[in-house]
Amino acid sequence: MIVKEFLQLRRDRRTLAMMIVLPLLLLVVFGYAASFDVSKIGALVVGPDAQAFGQRLRAPFSPVSVHPGEGMAAARNALRDGQADVAFVTGGTRTVALVNGADLFTARAAETAVARLAATQLNAQSLLAQIQAELPQGVSLSVVTPKPPKVEVLFNPGLKTAVVMVPGLAGVILVFVGTLIASLGVVRERQAGTLEQLAVMPLSPWDVLIGKIAPYFLVGAVDLAIVLGAGMLLFGVPMRGSWALLVLGALLFLFVTLSLGVLVSSVSQNQGQAMQLAMLTVLPQILLSGLIFPLSSMAAGVRWISYILPLTYFIQISRGVMLQGQTIGDLWRPFVFLAVLGAVVVTAATLRFARLLAPAPPGRALRAGAGEGRA
Amino acid sequence: MNFGAQGLTVRFGRRLALSDVDLELPPGEVRVVVGGDGAGKTTLLEVLAGARTASAGEVRRPSAERIGYLPATSGVYPDLSVAENLAFRAAAYRMPRAVFAERRAALLGAGGLLGHEGRLGGELSGGMRQKLGVICAMLAQPDLLVLDEPTTGVDPASRRDLWRLIAHAAADGAAVVVATTYLDEAERAVELVLLEAGRVLAHGAPEAVRGAMPGLLLDGGAAPPAAELERAWRRGARWRLWRPGAAKVELEGWREVAPDLEDAVTVALLARETAEGVAQ
Repeated sequence: MIVKEFLQLRRDRRTLAMMIVLPLLLLVVFGYAASFDVSKIGALVVGPDAQAFGQRLRAPFSPVSVHPGEGMAAARNALRDGQADVAFVTGGTRTVALVNGADLFTARAAETAVARLAATQLNAQSLLAQIQAELPQGVSLSVVTPKPPKVEVLFNPGLKTAVVMVPGLAGVILVFVGTLIASLGVVRERQAGTLEQLAVMPLSPWDVLIGKIAPYFLVGAVDLAIVLGAGMLLFGVPMRGSWALLVLGALLFLFVTLSLGVLVSSVSQNQGQAMQLAMLTVLPQILLSGLIFPLSSMAAGVRWISYILPLTYFIQISRGVMLQGQTIGDLWRPFVFLAVLGAVVVTAATLRFARLLAPAPPGRALRAGAGEGRA
Repeated sequence: MNFGAQGLTVRFGRRLALSDVDLELPPGEVRVVVGGDGAGKTTLLEVLAGARTASAGEVRRPSAERIGYLPATSGVYPDLSVAENLAFRAAAYRMPRAVFAERRAALLGAGGLLGHEGRLGGELSGGMRQKLGVICAMLAQPDLLVLDEPTTGVDPASRRDLWRLIAHAAADGAAVVVATTYLDEAERAVELVLLEAGRVLAHGAPEAVRGAMPGLLLDGGAAPPAAELERAWRRGARWRLWRPGAAKVELEGWREVAPDLEDAVTVALLARETAEGVAQ
């Protein structure tokens, strides 16, 4: 029995390769990606004292952008549009530090950094008090020390995890419905022996692709509605932007993930391979898309992978629309990238289907497990 | 011009799966391809149906809309009902609704599947599933019907139903080609092609194939002498012995008989294998 299993495993080279190479790959990729440490916090400083305040900002505030002519409205807009993680509004009785709560770890790091900034100021005040005490009577220091900044968290005031996670989780659920389940669609045909039947039927590759995707598309859309509805009801996730924009982004994303699933299915010989390959596309999406670990914390060598994952862009869209009320003007980039990814995946899937449905060349098996072609 | 193939050759790497095969498929006639496992039957039918390209040779077939194909598997979706399997075919072949309803009723009736429309493909018996597969292939009334071993593993009653369906298709004007390992079925064909290791070993009407058998065929009640055992085989409780030469040599307890198709095919295979055989 053991020998038989070894022989079978040796013949299933794709599985064997996945079992050996995959763990190493996952360890390296996720090891570099798994970091909650935020080393850089993009800061915007506005208001009449912006120049002086900005000069006092040190790491982790980087880059620091100073606009003395702007005010509170510009600061809020910059945070909404994702141009900065924290915005300091100077002038008035006290500087206000606006923090983008839609990015949980960056927001927490920003809160800590602002608190440290306040502590430094308090230390300076106490030092001045000591100096004052040691000065001869009648001599006084006329140094005005500003009050520490008052922190105001926008978009997610309580910095609740659920508020940030639910819009992203909607994407994860769509990935599961799309990629994992759709990945079984073609291998089922292959294993049931119906694929060769499809090959001689008057159906175009596009007919088959759309046919494979359509039912899951509907189920995925229902799933999305349920997840978002439950998220809003149970976890108080806000909806500050346009429903139409969110639905458009979700449908585009669903189309990409389903096409990816069908593509995976079309290159797999059996259901086991399809699931392994699908997991290979799902795991990185969960870990590298910014759902859990901030993109800014990832090593640059790993971060580029994030930018070829559809979930990265859906999370930007869902969080942007739901939490920050972003518009298409703010979100056109993730929409464009998602559309480009979709075009690439759909083209690959269509080409793959065209190959599957074309008459098999003499040496290729029509069915899984049919060896080099039945005689 | 008839559908069919000429000089058909298919290579799997260095192995020849089919070598220079000719086959004419006139409309309204049933042609049977016989041969053992690995003879090349499935490859030939895949090429005829358009599921596989050939390495060399010419194939004449209608457009995909006019081909009905039953692969070596039944081609039936196990998780769709009988009615749903048929409806999917009808939609793929863009059959008008009325034509579909009429064909469905006629074919289910001929195949003995009326009343089973709601059963899932995976719940059908092997014979019923094969019949459904043939009905699916015939549904759009194809000009070329290609059936790969429709009767393998099917009980005699279902085999009768299946051949009724096949005859039905030919009567409707389709050119039909059926692969089978059952030689009694080949007797029904207008012409048969006997394949062995990808080559045509015998070709023609069943009676012509029988008549072309070289040498003599003897029938006996006990095993032949050891020296002749390699040219003998059992038929039920009796033995058959093939002698390649035409000279009559008496053997006690044995008498000469006229070959049936199974005998003729067995002799053709033996003739190819033995050095003294007079292979065609």
